[in-house]
Amino acid sequence: MERIFRIISQSSATFLFFVLIATVSVLYLYAKPAIEQFGTYFIIDPRWGVEVTVKESPTKAIQTTPSSPQASSEPTTTPTEEENLEDEDTQASISDDENLDNLDAGLDDDLGGEDIDAQITSDDEDDFEANPTNAAGEKTEVVYGGAVPIVGTIFSTAIAMLFSIPIAMGIAVFLSEIAHEKLVAPVGIAIELLAAIPSIIYGMWALFYFGPFIASIFGGHSVSLLVAGLTLGVMIIPFMAALSRDAINTTPDVLKESAYAMGATKLEVTKDIIFPYAKAGIIGSIIISLGRALGETMAVAFVIGGVFEFAKSVTDPTNSIPVVLANNFAESSGLSMNALFYLALILFVVSFIIIFAAKHYFLRRNKL
Amino acid sequence: MTQNKMEVKDFSFTYKGAAKPSLRNINLPIERKKVTALIGPSGCGKSTLLRSMNRIHDLYPGNKYEGQIMLHTEDEGHTDILTLKKENDFIWLRQTVGMVFQKPTPFPMSIFDNIAYGLRLQGEKNKAVLQEKVEKSLKDVALWKEVKDRLNDDARGLSGGQQQRLCIARVVALKPEVILFDEPTSALDPLSTLAIEEMIFELKQDYTIAIVTHNMQQASRISDYTAFMYLGELIEFDTTDNIFTAPKKQQTEDYITGKFG
Amino acid sequence: MRLFLNKAFLVLSTLTAILGLLFLGWIIVTLVSKGMESLTPYIFTHDLVDNGIRNLIWGQIVLAGLATVFGIPIGVLAGVYLQEYGNHTKYADFIRDLSDVMMSAPSIVIGTFIYAIMVIPMGHTNGWAGIAALFVMMLPIVVRTTDDMLSLVPTELREAGMAIGASKYHVIMHIVIRAAKVGIMTGLILAFARIMGETAPLLYTSGSTIYMETDLSQTYPAMTVSIYNLATMPDEKLVSLAWAAALVLTLMVLGLNLLGRYIIKEKR
Repeated sequence: MERIFRIISQSSATFLFFVLIATVSVLYLYAKPAIEQFGTYFIIDPRWGVEVTVKESPTKAIQTTPSSPQASSEPTTTPTEEENLEDEDTQASISDDENLDNLDAGLDDDLGGEDIDAQITSDDEDDFEANPTNAAGEKTEVVYGGAVPIVGTIFSTAIAMLFSIPIAMGIAVFLSEIAHEKLVAPVGIAIELLAAIPSIIYGMWALFYFGPFIASIFGGHSVSLLVAGLTLGVMIIPFMAALSRDAINTTPDVLKESAYAMGATKLEVTKDIIFPYAKAGIIGSIIISLGRALGETMAVAFVIGGVFEFAKSVTDPTNSIPVVLANNFAESSGLSMNALFYLALILFVVSFIIIFAAKHYFLRRNKL
Repeated sequence: MTQNKMEVKDFSFTYKGAAKPSLRNINLPIERKKVTALIGPSGCGKSTLLRSMNRIHDLYPGNKYEGQIMLHTEDEGHTDILTLKKENDFIWLRQTVGMVFQKPTPFPMSIFDNIAYGLRLQGEKNKAVLQEKVEKSLKDVALWKEVKDRLNDDARGLSGGQQQRLCIARVVALKPEVILFDEPTSALDPLSTLAIEEMIFELKQDYTIAIVTHNMQQASRISDYTAFMYLGELIEFDTTDNIFTAPKKQQTEDYITGKFG
Repeated sequence: MRLFLNKAFLVLSTLTAILGLLFLGWIIVTLVSKGMESLTPYIFTHDLVDNGIRNLIWGQIVLAGLATVFGIPIGVLAGVYLQEYGNHTKYADFIRDLSDVMMSAPSIVIGTFIYAIMVIPMGHTNGWAGIAALFVMMLPIVVRTTDDMLSLVPTELREAGMAIGASKYHVIMHIVIRAAKVGIMTGLILAFARIMGETAPLLYTSGSTIYMETDLSQTYPAMTVSIYNLATMPDEKLVSLAWAAALVLTLMVLGLNLLGRYIIKEKR
């Protein structure tokens, strides 16, 4: 009994590890065709589902890829990828690794501002892509790139952080240092309950009320990068405020008292004593909130617009990784689905790194 | 000018929400440039009284003061500190009546900045002056030799006794007129305690000192006057010699001979 | 100047707090006022096909409930291992870190993972996939809660148990877990509340349907997913129904949260 129990509990813990490994490897497995197809160039390629014409050519030819993402978002006509169809049999025998190497090499060139020299092989993964060969011996192919949602995710998260940090800190300081005792408990509980509200509620509110409100102030669309960012911001405010308040409350009273006893004002005590003392906890709470904003789907899905275009100004609609996944997953198949898994993998790895870093540098087993 | 630096007159204090006052009708003089010790069993109100003397209680709203606590200074003359209302006046009071707490409270900054902090609050910006005053204060508390090579280290890296001396230096740097000590050695080992007691003895030259202690030997070693408090009242106040050798009240005698408390 | 800055700081901080609370108040007011419009007894007795939300409430509770049923034993056992057996070992610390990271993993990614392993093989969305996705969401929360709550049990209690000759298993089951029971219960309720409100992991795992469904191998009704679908419909009536559903969902989630708080408060 004793041993069995120990073994069961240990395997439960290991199960967690297993789930994580399974997540990463399944995502990778399904993303693999897209990774092979597009390589790391995927990250900076702004085209999504764009058909490109591929000339038949027996040799590797150097093609021009517009190095400015804005310009290249113009659809269809720009031929970018070179495909060697005639040697299909021999190409198929090239190992995956070699393909990847080729692509990486191509990417490096491109990053250096040079033209891309990418040799895309038509191996069996491409079979579920429609690759009609037209009369002129040309073939069209669909290209997927993740730059738009990646940039959209970064910007919406950045806007959210810029908006929410001051307000959340204001609330945290207000609750722990300024508010009258009678206010502290109800406001504190309200904040914590608000942090528990399902994110889809924030999304709906933003779609019907907040979006139009923002648009009436800043102009532009009522679904836009700005609205998405601000909605995310509003959503993480209670979360961040509650965590920061906990961190601030760890400052010992006697430390504050001795600063007041030297004639410091509230501002000075907050600035010089509380923030430095609770610094690790506060930064930790900001990073945890950042992770949450980064992976948030529902609050953003309604209001970011879901279009594969860079926002030329903050009031334009664009896209973010979670939203792309939410909107496009059901209808996708083949390579587009692989590309979506690729995006999911990127999102997972990035948030993994952020949280892991946060834990190791700032949290050290604090409350998440 | 009276001999007394501070005078507590008919003072009562009630904590927020408490039915009964924690201190009742206290009358206590604090003589200039002497050490006055407050002793008594825990819960007798000695710390409460001390914390009233720079109104640190006011950080927590809702407490009630009655009576008077007079503070006599050369600049401001006679002030009843219980009448202060403005933030400005509180700052003045707390810089005039400094306080050292039970546990060392180094601020989360470097050793140098810890001491310079209060000076900067007073508006001192000149680096040379700061440097000089920090050095002087650290020498006053006999910490200079130990820390002079690591002034920029985080103050929280010091030992407990060093931290407490740093906190005293921090108060001394502000040149207050009165220093309140709230059981400053109760968290320290015997050697550090001895160092701090010697320091208080030195500080008496320049400052008026009130100290709360639960340690009767300490009170008898360092103080000139002793007040014995019990259950929120001042039972007896006299010179330390008299209190420890010829107490007039039975309760005082019982306490100092160790019959209770 | 110092005093002026201080005043300015106090005012500014109070203002930001008020601003933040205004936003949040705005959301609540919107939710309640819009939600009340369509909140009639009718919607609780009819399925979505007849403009009701009965099947959605059923589906959401079944999905979250079964995820909890699977999540509790594994999560609690893993927590017990971390705190009672593996504590201070590198392996336990490693699992702890992983669990914390998983807790913050983007929920949509968990949806894609389950889609790959459970929806693609089945060929269509199904209830089991939804349960699996919520289970993966919930597991790290349960592990964390159990771990934390057990760590609050004083070591003396364990030693006292050992001292009267109880085996480690007995000490854990009959003393330690009992001592931490209230805390763990609260944690479980909060974890349940958390996954009740999840949308993203369900979007393409359980999907959602307008009909009542009891077969978990079929596409299963999920309230949150339907709210998402309804809210973007051009039909005013459906949008209004979405608000009502959103209100019901929020009340359930907040109700569970309050219950959790109440339990822990009673104990103290």
